[in-house]
Amino acid sequence: MLIAELYVPDLILIRADVTWVTDRAGRAGAYCRSAPERDRKVEPAYRFSRRKFLQAAMAVAAATGTGVGCAGSRSPWRFLTVDEARTLAAICDQIIPEDEDPGAAWAGVVNYIDLQLCGPLQHLRNSYRQGIAAVDKSSRVLYGADFAGLAEAKQVELLTMMEQGRAPSEIWKQNSSQEFFALLVDQTMQGFYGDPRHGGNRDHASWKMLGVPYPPIRGRLHYDVSKL
Amino acid sequence: MVLKHVNAVVVGAGAGGGVVAKELATAGLSVVLLERGKWYSAFDNRKDDLRNQRNPTLGNSFGPDEERNPRVFVDEQGQEHLVKPSNGEYNNNAACVGGGTACYGALAWRFMEKDFRMRSTYGTVEGSTLEDWPISYADLEPYYEKAEWEIGVSGDDSNNIFRAPRRCPLPMPPLPPNRECEILKPAAQRLGLHPFDEPMFRNSVPYNGRAACMRCRWCVGFACEVDAKNGTQNTVIPTALATGNCELRSECMVKEILTDPQGRVKGVAYFDSQSRLQEQSADVVVVSGSANESARLLLNSKSRLFPEGLGNRYDWVGRNLHGHAWAGARGLFDFELYDDLGPGCGLGICDFNHGNQGLIGGGLLSNEFIRLPYQFVGGWQAPGVPSWGRVHKRYMRQWYRRSMMVAAEIQEMPVFESRVQVDPKVKDYWGIPVVRLSGHCHPNNQVVGKFMAPKAEAILKEAGAIATWTFLPGTGLSGGQHQAGTCRMGDDPKTSVVDKYCRVHDVDNLFVMDGSVHVVNGGFNPALTIMAIAYYASDNLVKSWKGMHGAS
Repeated sequence: MLIAELYVPDLILIRADVTWVTDRAGRAGAYCRSAPERDRKVEPAYRFSRRKFLQAAMAVAAATGTGVGCAGSRSPWRFLTVDEARTLAAICDQIIPEDEDPGAAWAGVVNYIDLQLCGPLQHLRNSYRQGIAAVDKSSRVLYGADFAGLAEAKQVELLTMMEQGRAPSEIWKQNSSQEFFALLVDQTMQGFYGDPRHGGNRDHASWKMLGVPYPPIRGRLHYDVSKL
Repeated sequence: MVLKHVNAVVVGAGAGGGVVAKELATAGLSVVLLERGKWYSAFDNRKDDLRNQRNPTLGNSFGPDEERNPRVFVDEQGQEHLVKPSNGEYNNNAACVGGGTACYGALAWRFMEKDFRMRSTYGTVEGSTLEDWPISYADLEPYYEKAEWEIGVSGDDSNNIFRAPRRCPLPMPPLPPNRECEILKPAAQRLGLHPFDEPMFRNSVPYNGRAACMRCRWCVGFACEVDAKNGTQNTVIPTALATGNCELRSECMVKEILTDPQGRVKGVAYFDSQSRLQEQSADVVVVSGSANESARLLLNSKSRLFPEGLGNRYDWVGRNLHGHAWAGARGLFDFELYDDLGPGCGLGICDFNHGNQGLIGGGLLSNEFIRLPYQFVGGWQAPGVPSWGRVHKRYMRQWYRRSMMVAAEIQEMPVFESRVQVDPKVKDYWGIPVVRLSGHCHPNNQVVGKFMAPKAEAILKEAGAIATWTFLPGTGLSGGQHQAGTCRMGDDPKTSVVDKYCRVHDVDNLFVMDGSVHVVNGGFNPALTIMAIAYYASDNLVKSWKGMHGAS
């Protein structure tokens, strides 16, 4: 299931459309989540081999002082581990699912959250680390599998339990499942509906969906300030 | 290094301080204008939907610095919280040259005559320190006019039969209506109301050498890219600097006001942009730091003669903190309302500001500013619509361009226990005790809110909304960008902080000129009133200065 080619548009922002997984033999690999036709439309110049991708990710991590140190040497993310990112992508995709418009994972919400957890939202790192672990643990206790491996109906069921504070209380001792779910919803919305510059809303997908023009500051096109 | 003595130090370069600096400098006084924030242009404070004055999700963009300026917020249960400027409980306005006027929605309201005579109009209100102002609308009228013309206001209130008398029309015509206003105006008229084009600090035509508004959607909370939004940073402050009499020192944090053994102020001590402690001596000190920070500075200026802080002999500094309460309604329509024309807000209705049967006060009705996509997520779900999942996504897609909100800005009753103190333990980066906020709103907010929200809903329904729902004010402490009241103006030194000329009662060369002096904050955005008071009080200061020092 390893896919060699990955889309790396910018060395600083590693895209969230790529989900890293570990197969049954424990080997790390990557696949493009919801890899529909639109993923194949990328410019060939930006295609990297997996090895080059990893090298690039390591170089970025080394240069920025983030990533490798906190996420483990095998993660392409800044803060999240491979497993955390996979679970988070699955959660986000239930909060904003794909329909005729892209869902949250395709739009890069995981990248948004990962990027902001190394910036203004640093204070939420523990909430995410503990919260995502608790989601997977709840999933294993209730359904015998990690969250990302559940069918949609089961995923929605578990998230609804969290939303209503009915998730297994022995697992959610440290932080409340309701609080963590509210955080997830809010930041998924930020990543999906916010400006692409923050790491999400890939190709301004949500703005296209809402019919918001792009670029968003239209007046700028009509004026030349130098001629006032 | 000893800094050169000046005639006046003005602390804070916002709506009040900018006007004061200009008035004093043009009258020939030497002025130092101290501002703790930076001087931003729209090009170094770019439009960012998740990082702006209204939406500080990823930090606040107009200051103060997130890490250096904590506050303590005490909630209604008495629990203390250490808060940063991007937390809502911080009640942040802005800390930069221009202050809130660099990033506001730019509504330029005059208060109404009754707003200055609330106690005479409504009597004693239980649980409130409601009082008449010591000055009247007529005293301020010429200064309202001066502010409108010098700062620049567009709009047309000739259809507002409730307005207070004005000598002179607004300098600029209103912006053409956007689709929301086109639909709301006839609907409100059919209900017998009197809608009109709101006054705004926004150029509808080129004015004073700057461009007209380009109608972009990113207005409230942002700096203006074409400089068509008028604040003190692009009007009176440049004028003050051009006189050669005024020096602006930004990124300077004032620590305390210094007093001499006779009990007069002699200047201020401040930390400059390199965090070096400096002393600036002056004949006169004017505090214009907004309701939270002005009170903090007075309370932090303790000395043998003023053991509880300046102006605080009777424990009134920091009291009566209030802003406005918000109620209203949102509606969904089966046709498109979205026309990509900012700023969005434009229609005002003053039918319910006063004279509501059995009620104390009232408020303004207005349509709301344009909301960016993430802002639409929070609070815009109709009751019963889930906040996530497939249904939520469909809701967003279907209604984002077909929604409208009418809000009521409710006049608050000041409460003595709602207050700014200085925290006994927490200090900021410079070691200065920080603002400690505590208190609650007056219950009248709920009463008026329950009256106003259905009025807003009725207009939306008349305009064709197929679904509407209302919202009411919260009960927690109010303040935020409209913060006011903490250095009340009054004739009696025992129940106020400054006299009718904004002079601190027992210190004849210390003044407060900002929203702090508002006895009660009207049912309107306070910026124009803050400016008018700054013009009025500066005028008096200059007259008495010339009386003492001889006309120059």
